Amino acid sequence: MTRALEAVRTSAPGTNRPDLAIASRGLTKRFGGKAAVDAVDLVVPRGSVYGFLGPNGSGKTTTIRMLLGLVRPSAGTSSLLGERIPQGGQHVLPLVGSLVEGPAFHPYLSGRANLQRLDAADLTADPRTARQRIDTALDRVGLLAAAGKRYRAYSLGMRQRLAIAAALLRPRELLVLDEPTNGLDPQGTREVRHLVASLASDGTTVFVSSHLLSEVEQMCTHLGVMRDGRLVAQGSVSEVRGGAAPTARVLTEQPTVAAQILSQLGLSGVETVPGGVRGAPDGIAPERIVAALVEGGVGVKEFTVTSPSLEDLFLSLTGEGFDVSD
Amino acid sequence: MSATEPVLTDAPATTGRAGAPPRRRLSTRLLRSELRLIAGRRRNQMGLLVLAAVPVLIAVAVRISSPREGRGPDFLSSITSNGLFVPLAALGVELGLFLPLAIAMLAGDSVAGEANLGTLRYLLTVPVGRTRLLVTKYVSLMIGALWGVAVVVLAGSVAGIALFGTGPMLTLSGTEIPFGSAVWRVVLVSLYIAAGLAALGAVGLFISTLTEQPLAATVALMIFTILSWIADSVPQIAWLHPWLLVDQWMAFGDLLRDPPFWDNVSQGLWVDLAYAVVFGSLAWARFAGKDITS
Repeated sequence: MTRALEAVRTSAPGTNRPDLAIASRGLTKRFGGKAAVDAVDLVVPRGSVYGFLGPNGSGKTTTIRMLLGLVRPSAGTSSLLGERIPQGGQHVLPLVGSLVEGPAFHPYLSGRANLQRLDAADLTADPRTARQRIDTALDRVGLLAAAGKRYRAYSLGMRQRLAIAAALLRPRELLVLDEPTNGLDPQGTREVRHLVASLASDGTTVFVSSHLLSEVEQMCTHLGVMRDGRLVAQGSVSEVRGGAAPTARVLTEQPTVAAQILSQLGLSGVETVPGGVRGAPDGIAPERIVAALVEGGVGVKEFTVTSPSLEDLFLSLTGEGFDVSD
Repeated sequence: MSATEPVLTDAPATTGRAGAPPRRRLSTRLLRSELRLIAGRRRNQMGLLVLAAVPVLIAVAVRISSPREGRGPDFLSSITSNGLFVPLAALGVELGLFLPLAIAMLAGDSVAGEANLGTLRYLLTVPVGRTRLLVTKYVSLMIGALWGVAVVVLAGSVAGIALFGTGPMLTLSGTEIPFGSAVWRVVLVSLYIAAGLAALGAVGLFISTLTEQPLAATVALMIFTILSWIADSVPQIAWLHPWLLVDQWMAFGDLLRDPPFWDNVSQGLWVDLAYAVVFGSLAWARFAGKDITS
C-alpha cells in the first residue's frame, strides 16, 4: 500500500505549466519554526475538480492562503493559471473566485451591498453590468430573496451562500473553495455539489477543500490529501484509489479447497476468513475465479470483489480519524 | 494627493475560457464604496451628531449668558456680533479630544477593522493591490478628516449666525474685518485643522496595520494623541515640541489675526506633511509584505 501511494505522489512539476490551474513546488510555510505547510507540490490540471482533503489543522487553509497570495511562503513557489504568485496575482486573480476560511462580510451592510463593494474593488469588472451580475450570482446560490437583508441577520448557511455568490460575481477560470459546505444543511450541501458540478461542466476548474471526504468524494476528479502539513497523496481519483488493491471474497463451506484453487489461479494474499476465504485478484477477472471455483466443486454461497472505500484509504493516509492534527 | 486612485496600466491579456481578458481601468469605485461604508455606519453617524452638538451647545450657552445689548463690556459684545466665533470656538474645543477620536475610530476601522471582520482577505483576493488598498484607505481618512471638521464648522456657523447674526468679526489683533472675509478665514482654519487631522490619520493607518483589533488601534491612536498633548505642555522638554504633531495645531488662531500670521501655521503644515510621509511609508512597509492570516 505504501509503495503504491508513493507512486501516486507526483514528482515536483514546473510551476509555470499553462495546462495546470494550480501548481506549486516545495511550497512551505513555517510559523515560528514549526512547518504548517511542508514542501507541498500541488498539481491541479485545468478542468479538474480537485478535492483537497485533510483533517482540520493539516495545513489546507494556509496552503490556500499562499496560493492566493495572502500569505508569503517561507520557501517554494506556486502559480495560478500559469502566473506566478504573488507577482502575477493582480493579473490572474480576477479569473479566480475564492472562498477562504469561511464567509466574511460587513455585518451592517446587506448581502447585495456587500457584493457591490467587492465588485467595486475589482478594477477589471464592468460597473455597467454590476447590478445584473450581482443579481445573477445571488440567484445562483438562491439568495436573491434575502439580498436586501443585513448580513448580520443571515444564518450561517446564508452567509456561506453569500460567500459562494461573491466567488461567482463574474466568469471564472478557477474557483478555490475552502470548506464550501461548512454550516450548510444536507440540502444546502447537495446544492453546492450540484453547483460545483455545473460549474465544472462549463470548464471551470474547481479546487475544493474539505475535512469531510464524503462531501467531496462524489464530485471530484482529482484528490490531494494533506497530513500534518504534507501532501501524502495526490492524483486522479482512480490513481489514488488504485493505491489500494481490491479484495475478492468467497463465502463457502469448503474454505480449504477454495483457498487452494484461488492460490493456483494466482491470487495473492489468500487467507481463510470466517465463513470463507479472501485474496487479492491482481487483475484476474472475477468470472474466471467463479468458474474455477465451480469447476473445482466448491459450493459458492456468495462471491464479491470490493475496492476498499476511499474513506478507509483516507483513514490510513491520515493516520487517525478526521480529527485535529496537532 | 488627489482623490482618485493611482493610474494603472492595462494588464497583459490573459486569455481563457472565462471570456474577455481582464482589463484594468482607472476607477474611483472602491473609494466611493469606502466612503459609503464610512457614511453608512450608524456609529459614525452618531459621532458626527456629537461633533455637531458641541458648537450648538456653545452657541446656546453664550447666547443665554451674554449680557444684553449696550450693558455689557464692549469686547464680548464685539465677539458676539458675528456668529462665526461659534465654529471657531467649537473647533478649538473639539481639537483636543473629539476630532482626534473621530479620526481614531475611522483609522481603527480602516485596516484593523477589515482584518477583524475577515473582509480584508476577500478584498485582497478580488484582487485589490495592497498599495492601492492602502492609498484608498488613506484618501478616505483624509476625506473623513475634512468631513468631521466641515460638520463642526457648518453646524457652528448655522447656530452662530442664527443666534448672533452676520456682523463684522473682531480679529485677535483687535481690528474688525467684514463678514465675507471672516468666512474665508473660517475656511482657512478648517483646512488647516483638517490637514493636522489627516496627518494624525496617517499615524492611525500605520497603527491599524499592526493589529487585527480595531478598538486597539483606536485606543492606541488616542494614547498617541493625548501623550503628544501632554508632552507639548511640559516646558522642560521644549526641545521636543517642534517635533510633536499637535504642537502647532492650536496655531489656527494665527489665521484670525489681521493680517494673518503665517510662521507657526506653515511650520505646522510641514510637521503634518512629515508625519503623513513617515507614517504613510511605515504603513506601506508593514502592510505590503504582511501575512494576512485573519
